[in-house]
Amino acid sequence: MQAATAPPEPLQSGAEVLLRALKDQGVEVVFGYPGGAVLPIYDAIFNQNAIRHILVRHEQAAVHAAEGYARSTGKVGVVLVTSGPGATNAVTGLLDALMDSVPVVCLTGQVPTHLIGNDAFQEADTTGITRPATKHNYLVKQSGDLARVVHEAFYVASHGRPGPVVIDLPKDILIGKAPYVGPVDTHRSYRPRTEPDPAQIARAVALLKGAKRPVIYTGGGVVNAGPEAAAALTRFARMSGFPCTNTLMGLGAFPASDPQFLGMLGMHGTYEANLAMHGADVLLAIGARFDDRVTGRLNAFCPDAKKIHIDIDPSSINKTVPVDVAIIGDAGRAIAALEAAWEEDATVPDRAALAVWWRQIDEWRARQSLRFTQDTAPGAIIKPQYAIRRLWELTQEHSRDVFITTEVGQHQMWAAQHFGFERPNRWMTSGGLGTMGYGLPAAMGVQIAHPEALVIDIAGEASILMNIQEMGTLAQYRLPVKVFILNNQYMGMIRQWQELLHGSRYSESYSNALPDFVKLAESFHATGLRAENYGQLDDVIRAMLASDRAVIADIAVDPKENCFPMIPSGAAHNEMILGAEGEGEARGITDEGLVLV
Amino acid sequence: MPGPDNNHHRSAIIAVLVDNESGVLARVIGLFSGRGYNIDSLTVAPVDEAGRQSRITVVTSGTEMVIEQIKAQLGRLVPVHRVADLTREGPHVAREMALVKVLGRGETRVEALRIAETFRARVVDTTIESFVFELTGATEKIDAFVTLMRPLGLAEVSRTGIAAIARGERTI
Repeated sequence: MQAATAPPEPLQSGAEVLLRALKDQGVEVVFGYPGGAVLPIYDAIFNQNAIRHILVRHEQAAVHAAEGYARSTGKVGVVLVTSGPGATNAVTGLLDALMDSVPVVCLTGQVPTHLIGNDAFQEADTTGITRPATKHNYLVKQSGDLARVVHEAFYVASHGRPGPVVIDLPKDILIGKAPYVGPVDTHRSYRPRTEPDPAQIARAVALLKGAKRPVIYTGGGVVNAGPEAAAALTRFARMSGFPCTNTLMGLGAFPASDPQFLGMLGMHGTYEANLAMHGADVLLAIGARFDDRVTGRLNAFCPDAKKIHIDIDPSSINKTVPVDVAIIGDAGRAIAALEAAWEEDATVPDRAALAVWWRQIDEWRARQSLRFTQDTAPGAIIKPQYAIRRLWELTQEHSRDVFITTEVGQHQMWAAQHFGFERPNRWMTSGGLGTMGYGLPAAMGVQIAHPEALVIDIAGEASILMNIQEMGTLAQYRLPVKVFILNNQYMGMIRQWQELLHGSRYSESYSNALPDFVKLAESFHATGLRAENYGQLDDVIRAMLASDRAVIADIAVDPKENCFPMIPSGAAHNEMILGAEGEGEARGITDEGLVLV
Repeated sequence: MPGPDNNHHRSAIIAVLVDNESGVLARVIGLFSGRGYNIDSLTVAPVDEAGRQSRITVVTSGTEMVIEQIKAQLGRLVPVHRVADLTREGPHVAREMALVKVLGRGETRVEALRIAETFRARVVDTTIESFVFELTGATEKIDAFVTLMRPLGLAEVSRTGIAAIARGERTI
């Protein structure tokens, strides 16, 4: 134990100490739901004004809201839930935050220490249950540890590869007196490396300078490293003239409008991005983890490329794809180091080869892999891609900052393909875990952080129902979130896989007995709009964007539309299905591929 | 493109220095089970004077890529201070201890004792019809001893699993 260096302060209750620690961590908002075990915290919240509590309608939504808050601000999102069911309801959100590297601190109530292990009312082994769903977790068993643990949790959540941290708080710890200690900015054992190794940077630059067919492939790590990392990426790409592709999580780190942008890569990535990956001779991967949705069949992934991998998490390197140069460190600092080393290195890059490479890429681009055909008769059925395009174009008419969240499925992929993201932290989607029901609560968290911004949840009619209760939260806090539903009356991505891989047997994927979304919106004190055909689409989008209230816009879209291009599971990047003409062939799908998710 | 020795399995003795806090062993074990890695043996005990740190010695096996991944995954656990691959980082000593109970009378009992002497096993408990031998050594030595005891009345074996340390002045 450390010796006291200052005169002892009068002791506060654990709950008060907790709030003080949150305040000292700069916390302004907590997303939560009360319950018996956390009543002392709610009592303490009642008696202060520094921290705002947002009452959600389900604990899963509290975590997604904190994720939306965190991903749109770069700060740590904070969640407060009760013991037992409060904690177990939060688990999906926690795992979502773990998979997508989102800094979240989740405070869970717990039965008093003397009852732990007795199957008490609303008891759950929260640290046991959340161990594989968090970056780290704590059970505070002694009041003396409370303040230190809270500060440590924020440190762990936000340093290195960010992630969720749970603090389990027995009720007696919250009620009993506890000493306070202030924040610290070190940790006795957790010290992730942030500065890249100059020798590895030099090796990387040597490879990059000699590249004839380079590709920069970046992921969520660049977004997590902050706006300066994205700016450095853009500078480095322009300096080198290299093409750049982003993962689903990385969208916005490189401006979508930049001519060097190849679009998203992977299962539903563009033809040019995937073929460039397949044909590359040098690959620069930054803050991306070679996810199976990105690589396709591993033994055919980037077959000819020397690979450079920058990541803050050493376990991401050589996990699925062996690389030639591994650079452990913060993405922003590593890119800055690459920039500097590139300029210092006297080697002249092979501009002629790069020009040939760009001509090849332009040929691939000319295939227009994201093209779709929208019938422009007023009564024509709306193509989902067109709905996203128009949403994007019409948001450009507004001067407001635009943030997009999504649910999970076809609409998510169409949003990723057709909505242009120019800046980081404007795109919030559940990539790793693929959590339906993510988008609405995440949008709520974004709107809390950015009250003036235009926050749109691009949704499907199936996903939105998974956390639809949060319409109540929007109403309570007058959050003008827009829910833009691409309603194709199917769990569209399920339907698509059933069509392509399971002989069009649409087992249980039809969205039967859907609610009237307009009336649903109205019953939650929001505005409900519906577009049934091409002629109505623009008016509905305009009305939605002009509204200062929460809106559900229910857009009836073509129920048969599939999301292309697509790399079938188990296939390689150069075995893409480009569009409807490739349907039914299911080229490249082996029995092994069929096993994959 | 799979690495050259991606199909070659090897055994690894990994030493992990952790904060001696509740749940830390569950974290390590959960990592192995959750990610489908093998645990061939595992030992753990506090190793510093204040009892604040424990050393976990885990014997695992896998391809080079998997073992590197195991080390990286262990390394990012928050209470982990150090991870060392003793198998790769130079010469090391690996030992385990076994308590072996052998029941018998007459000639088999004498034979068991004779073999135990050859193995430098100590008798730590005895009755007229039983011995408990204490034996320390490499895994192969203990395997050999247990095999020899089998026809001589082997009743029960308790083994610690491997504890290992680097030779010479090196520490982890």
